[in-house]
Amino acid sequence: MKLNKTAVGWLNVTPLLAIMVPFFIMPIIVVAIASIMQTDGFGGMFMDPTLENYTYVFQSALTYRLYFETIKFAALTLIFSAFIGFWVAYFLVFHVRSKLLAMGLFLICTVPFWTSNIIRMISWIPLLGKEGLINQALMAMGFIDAPLEFLLYSDFAVVVAYVHQLTIFMIVPIFNSMARIDKRVVEAALDAGASKFDIMRYIILPMSKSGIALGAIFVVSIVMGDFFVVKVMSGGGTASVVGAFYEDIGVLQYPSAAASAIVLTILVMLMVALILRVVDIRKEITQ
Amino acid sequence: MTDVTNATISTRGKRRARRNSSDRTWTFYVLAAFFAFYVIALYGPMLSIYILSFQDLRGGLVFPMRGFSLYWFNELIMQTRAGDVSGSFTRSIYLAIAVTVITVVFSFMAGMAFRRRFRGDTIVFYLMIGSLVAPGLVLGIGIGLGFDMAGIPTNWFTSALGAQLSWTLPFGILVMFAVMSRLNSDWEEAARDLGASRAQTIGLVVLPVLAPGLIAVALFGFTLSYDEFARTLQTAGAQNTLPLEIWSMTLNVTSPALYALGTVSTVISFLIIGVSLGSIILLQRRNAARKNISE
Repeated sequence: MKLNKTAVGWLNVTPLLAIMVPFFIMPIIVVAIASIMQTDGFGGMFMDPTLENYTYVFQSALTYRLYFETIKFAALTLIFSAFIGFWVAYFLVFHVRSKLLAMGLFLICTVPFWTSNIIRMISWIPLLGKEGLINQALMAMGFIDAPLEFLLYSDFAVVVAYVHQLTIFMIVPIFNSMARIDKRVVEAALDAGASKFDIMRYIILPMSKSGIALGAIFVVSIVMGDFFVVKVMSGGGTASVVGAFYEDIGVLQYPSAAASAIVLTILVMLMVALILRVVDIRKEITQ
Repeated sequence: MTDVTNATISTRGKRRARRNSSDRTWTFYVLAAFFAFYVIALYGPMLSIYILSFQDLRGGLVFPMRGFSLYWFNELIMQTRAGDVSGSFTRSIYLAIAVTVITVVFSFMAGMAFRRRFRGDTIVFYLMIGSLVAPGLVLGIGIGLGFDMAGIPTNWFTSALGAQLSWTLPFGILVMFAVMSRLNSDWEEAARDLGASRAQTIGLVVLPVLAPGLIAVALFGFTLSYDEFARTLQTAGAQNTLPLEIWSMTLNVTSPALYALGTVSTVISFLIIGVSLGSIILLQRRNAARKNISE
């Protein structure tokens, strides 16, 4: 039996679809349906299509504050992780001469990725706490008289935890795209009299753009969808979009929670689509 | 004219010589320091909780270290204060194994499909990306509600398994893309020319070549599942997985038992990483040896 190309392709992705349909498409549809239902106030829902839940979400001042906070964290994490990721990858690709050493150092950067994120987040507590190592050290050295309060349970701690967890998502794709830059191109540019700054601006930055974009997709979608880090590291002082959603679910406010979830999902998809305009990720990975 | 050329060549030669002799300019040292700082910041905090988990009964959440014992590890196993740690641990391992097996097989098939363009492949691709970036907790609640509507109870080995796959599969397939880009289709053609059947081509040519990559996918599947939280929270049903257990501990437990759990969980992670990397290296050695024989 000779199957055509399309049939073979679809047969091979059937198992994937068998997961995607019930565990991605179905839940999104369920949440979308719940978002137009009404609640009796006791956790029960009845079908009487309404857009009230959406008007509620868009009219609430809280919504805008939550989105502002969450987007602020996403932007800060993106900036710091991209900066660190870029220079770490640059160092490994262009400054470490031995390939074996570069691979070894790269592995050192990636190993923590395979360990628990939650544990890595908690591990900042003995360092940043009021009686933590950093405060103890600063006080012993006489820089400060009283412990710095902003180190833990603050926005600062949230950003530290995010950057600690997510920089790896920047390093790997940027490393990959930089490793593909032909070193002879850089040599040729040097011979033609280009300065270090020119080489960075005209060769390295444009050619690692796709790696940065790929990393940005992971960082943005993870921070936007997270509530765990914000909850623990801010000490409850700051809320996040998903955190508020989770609390609404806790008090059985399903329809309004569902409406806010749909808004968030659309926003995240739009952000990712925007990044995908910069880079053809499929072409990028298969290269 | 020649003078000019000579002059250019000589400066170029000088520049090249300078580059080769002392490439270690100030940027190297700045970046090396930056890299070192990054690695310290990456590992430092983790080390501190491993150390603090070995305190004795008087131990607190911060330095200085109070005593040295295995008290808090014992506390974990006794499950007097810390809840059902060993049960959640076993469930997480079983779940991670199931996720790993399914992720490897399904990613491999999807990876094979995406090697050639077929009609509608872009839709499947973006569906996958959508599943990867969608907020995990939202998907989890949707799955929970859906199961509820269908009258099926949520459970860690049904709904949570599916929820985790909606995250590990896209990841595995992205890794598969990178792995497959190194697979030369000439080899398969050669196998077919020599009379190999489709199954033989896959079993004797494709799979051995891709084996290190498939182990990498397995490593991804296992660790992503073992650590998964957002999608599992609303889908695991009555019994917790390990990350859910850790989550409830961060909210209730303020003793080094939390750190002890972190230490145990990391030891398991490192074992898995070690076994995976070890087998990748072993396979690559074997492949290299084979190449030498055939040459």
